[in-house]
Amino acid sequence: MSRILLKGGRLLCPASGLDETGDLLIQDQSIAQLGGEIQAEDARVIPCAGLVVAPGLIDLHVHLRQPGHEYKETIASGSAAAAAGGFTAVCCMPNTDPVNDSRAVTDFILETAAKEAAARVYPVGAITMGLKGEALTEMAELREAGCVAVSDDGRPVADSRLMRRALEYAASFDLPVICHSEDLKLAAGGHMHEGPTATRLGLGGIPAQAEVLAIERDLALAGLSGAQVHIAHVSCAGSVEAVKRAKSQGVRCTAETAPHYLTLCDQDVGDYDTHFKMNPPLRSAADRQAVRQGLIQGVIDVVATDHAPHSILEKQVEFDQAAFGVVGLETALGVMLQLVEQGELDLAGLIRRMSAIPAQILGLAGGKLNPGGPADVTVLAPELAWKVEPEAFRSLSRNTPFAGWELPGRALATICGGRITHLLEK
Amino acid sequence: MTQFNRRHLLGLEGVSADEISHILDTADNLKEINQRPIKKVPTLRGRLVINFFYEASTRTRTSFELAAKRLSADTFSLTASGSSMTKGETLIDTAKNLEAMAPDLIVMRHSSAGAPHLLARHIKPSIINAGDGAHEHPTQALLDMMTIRQKLGRLDGLKVSIIGDIAHSRVARSNIIGLQTMGSAVRVFGPRTLLPPQVESLGVEVANDMRQAVEDADVVMMLRVQRERLEDVLFPSLREYAQRFGLAARHLQKAKPGVLVMHPGPINRGVEMSPEVADGPYSVILEQVANGVAVRMALLYLLLNPETR
Repeated sequence: MSRILLKGGRLLCPASGLDETGDLLIQDQSIAQLGGEIQAEDARVIPCAGLVVAPGLIDLHVHLRQPGHEYKETIASGSAAAAAGGFTAVCCMPNTDPVNDSRAVTDFILETAAKEAAARVYPVGAITMGLKGEALTEMAELREAGCVAVSDDGRPVADSRLMRRALEYAASFDLPVICHSEDLKLAAGGHMHEGPTATRLGLGGIPAQAEVLAIERDLALAGLSGAQVHIAHVSCAGSVEAVKRAKSQGVRCTAETAPHYLTLCDQDVGDYDTHFKMNPPLRSAADRQAVRQGLIQGVIDVVATDHAPHSILEKQVEFDQAAFGVVGLETALGVMLQLVEQGELDLAGLIRRMSAIPAQILGLAGGKLNPGGPADVTVLAPELAWKVEPEAFRSLSRNTPFAGWELPGRALATICGGRITHLLEK
Repeated sequence: MTQFNRRHLLGLEGVSADEISHILDTADNLKEINQRPIKKVPTLRGRLVINFFYEASTRTRTSFELAAKRLSADTFSLTASGSSMTKGETLIDTAKNLEAMAPDLIVMRHSSAGAPHLLARHIKPSIINAGDGAHEHPTQALLDMMTIRQKLGRLDGLKVSIIGDIAHSRVARSNIIGLQTMGSAVRVFGPRTLLPPQVESLGVEVANDMRQAVEDADVVMMLRVQRERLEDVLFPSLREYAQRFGLAARHLQKAKPGVLVMHPGPINRGVEMSPEVADGPYSVILEQVANGVAVRMALLYLLLNPETR
């Protein structure tokens, strides 16, 4: 029997409304006791005075790159990065090689995770075979194998009729669909947000409308099919409006954005810095503001990282040759705590958007602190300033736009299923 | 003497009016060498200039080669065909291999915007951007400004119209930046499909038709129409393009007397420019070519001569 006692922290669980100073006792894989002063002589004690004890963070959107691109990331390294960033669970997108479009690949991911992962790994299956946008995957079997959703992340389904069928079919098994909404034809040839910076740099632009149009389509089809749809990586004002309207019309939808869309904008591309190249691209400062407001008002439900590791092979090249994507697991919490520090969000609101709501959207374990529940806990140090040093990442990749940033806080400890997966030595 | 402390010329963005004037003054002085019976001075003897051309180019490359030779630098050119560039080597690896040959300066042409900036972060030699994607082509703009200054005596207070495919043109961007720095106003005209998004953010005025575009202009700069833009459905036909966006002699009646007609070449006669304009009295197209060598000599001299740094 293993016991861990988190002593004297601020117990903060937005899902249950708990916010008080007290102890939390973990026994084996579960939370045994919560609140007040707890005596447990044989327990390993982690002093938490001045710290926040919160439900483990859950990231609905990561790329773990295994199988197929193990030089960028593996299930082991990506989940270690998650743990270091305070996450106890991640949902991994299907654009691996081979694509996660069958039970065999899902099984491989889950078996590898069971052996090597430092976080719960929830596979997301593909909507179409090989992400080709032609034939549907066997979604019932994917669900049975352990996929928590299906998605077209990275290669959107262009054919609206097929997308409708996919949503209807997924709805038959109550399988949520995560939409990477992008009009590929309209976005073609683009490498950053279409606007004055792209014009100045002579780079092809991706208009915000390429995202808005596709989100409008996917939400319209969600309404038609009754499927549960989750819109990935919202980056612009028009998309926030589209989601807001769909919600007001009763469409079953939720949406996420990423820390970089809340804090950066197209001007940050600077002199062709490929660490600021991702898809969707960093938008205008006005879009950034609209996305922030969307998150604060709850139009955007969750913060996810879209952790997309790439090596220097893909990033230390010409801007228009560089791969889209940035890593995010190890900086997300710190960057979001900066927004808390700036008064944009309160801490409980942040925790809710990074644990309780993500768990609720995909029906995952965790997301709250309750006796008998899984011991997925993050101990936050909201005032432990640190500097982002990509060389220190546990991820195999270093492609972060936040290198050198001074962030106000971070995860001091991460406990996943009663196991300490990250502990910062003070 | 004006200080010129740059190690690279990656673009005209951020280059001051004093610096541009200094480059043009130097070019004016060096131009005379091209008229001598023995067209060579020993200034850069023993220095190595590599022309690193990832994208096909004849006139810019030969102009740089000639400029280096006139100043007695050793020079050779590396082009995309028949080199490691087509064998999958990364840009940085190729550049590091070149660097190992100890060049003093690399002239670089690349189809990707920002490629010279990437190189400048990874290797030591000076770099001159000889055109990067649709971004900048600073030496072309400098030779254009040199030509304008020779002909009109100044670069401030002028009205310059740039007409054609602005969106894909690095020549347009560098000229817009350079001419505005020197105090002139730039007007652009072309089909909306060939203007960059939010083109006004570049500080230019946008004309609505050819008449408005040319009216009162001191300089009319025509840009080449790439035939592959037709395949991208950016305009319906060369015929309609020539009718609506091509420069004919009648348009020039509305321009200032003594207007200059320029073109970075190569010209599509009968498309962006009628033959009588290309060969007409206002055309300074061949002077542009001659000045190109002088401007490039000036840049090699200024970037490589320690006395000027």
